[in-house]
Amino acid sequence: MNRRNWIQRVLAAAGSLSLGACDRLAESPRVNSALDVGESWTHRVQRVLLGRSALAPEYSEKDITGAFKPNGTTNPNTTEYNAHVASRFADWQLVVDGLVARPLQLSLDELRQMPSRTQITRHDCVEGWSCIAKWKGVRLSALAQRAGLLKSARFLAFHCADTLEQPPDGNGRYYETIDLIDAMHPQTILAYDMNGSPVDVRHGAPLRLRLERQLGYKMAKYVTRIEAVDSLAHLGRGKGGFWEDRGYQWYAGI
Amino acid sequence: MKHGRIAFYRHPWPVRIAHWITVLCLPVLLMSGLQILNAHPWLYWGQASDFDAPFISFASGPGPAFPSWITVPSWRDLATGRQWHFFFAWIFVLNGLAYGLYLLLSGRLRRVLAPTSGQLRNFRTSIVEHLKFHFPHGEAARRYNVLQKLSYLIVLFGLLPLMVLTGLTMSPGLNSRLPFLLEVFGGRQSARTLHFLTACALILFFVIHMIAVVAAGPLNELRSIVTGWFVIDKEEGRREPP
Repeated sequence: MNRRNWIQRVLAAAGSLSLGACDRLAESPRVNSALDVGESWTHRVQRVLLGRSALAPEYSEKDITGAFKPNGTTNPNTTEYNAHVASRFADWQLVVDGLVARPLQLSLDELRQMPSRTQITRHDCVEGWSCIAKWKGVRLSALAQRAGLLKSARFLAFHCADTLEQPPDGNGRYYETIDLIDAMHPQTILAYDMNGSPVDVRHGAPLRLRLERQLGYKMAKYVTRIEAVDSLAHLGRGKGGFWEDRGYQWYAGI
Repeated sequence: MKHGRIAFYRHPWPVRIAHWITVLCLPVLLMSGLQILNAHPWLYWGQASDFDAPFISFASGPGPAFPSWITVPSWRDLATGRQWHFFFAWIFVLNGLAYGLYLLLSGRLRRVLAPTSGQLRNFRTSIVEHLKFHFPHGEAARRYNVLQKLSYLIVLFGLLPLMVLTGLTMSPGLNSRLPFLLEVFGGRQSARTLHFLTACALILFFVIHMIAVVAAGPLNELRSIVTGWFVIDKEEGRREPP
């Protein structure tokens, strides 16, 4: 055994000893909930620091990424969805219901007539990469006002047309939830245009959420329904989103 | 105590506690950081990712870029890697703030870490002595030598804050409140790259730190950072640069 080999083995042994300890800790539910303290501190401190209206940085046309990386589902590919693609989403309906005074059902044309916002923003994936694009869409605050949120509403849930997984418990449908502070933020929009043309299938056609102060997985694609809810418990596995149900942080501001 | 040697109290308890909390945090932060980097093992400069022209690519073959023995957890799990990274980042930052406050308020920064003018004048001699592995003995070992002071200052007030700030610059939430950080580091992807490079610099410091501890007397050094007590020769040793 040469020296390099020997050093590698010692390092690997030392690593696996401490790693074994970390692995066992990572598997323990108690340790898990203790480590979640980090997320709740981040959430609280960022809420205080950011407030309701601090804006995510906006960029100029020249900063737009040529090949914006699609991620997650890149085509829902159901019979129903494919029919919508064929008809260019002419019959797509966005439902707004749950804890609202006036449940809505709106076509894309009706959404396009509502107050909009256009912004060139950076999309940060939880994996680490970033892409910049120009988004135009209806302000979520305008939709919420039109539907009239009830006092009991605390979150908005976004139900999507794509199924990302086929687990035995049936919770493979994509969904996301945000609180009302984020829902009312001026840059939070339900985007129908990307870089000047309708959002394409890979990026969430015909409607995707833009939540500019958080990571990409919060920005649900293929949105069919927005439901105002008072708790996350009855949705999916109860953690507030497809990825949250799989261990990711609900507050994705970092 | 052997004849001719004296023990002196070198590291007060706040220093020792801060040191060992850091020793706990940094390996976990490094290894959970590599777990996170495994999710997209490419680094870029600028605001966004130019996928066709990464600055560094760690991807090789079908397996993960960084092997399981160097990541936390050992299996591929970005969510758990992030959970550990941010928890230990909080501990690390709170510990660092408390230690920084202690350094300032106790006067230790000026008394123990700031190089004296005499030390700075003899900077060159000190470098030569170090390269020969000649370490101070006797009374001269009561205080840090100039290279030691400068490297501690660079780590404490350069690399470690840089680590935290480049990390915070990657937060889309904080970008809305502290957009100047993006300007300072040249964009989010630049900050991510600098975060990695600074981690490499810290590993380099760790290696040099370990070599120096071994060369200067590992048991004595270890005793001093555990109990606070450091043993030196009573009589004046080899002549040292002031």
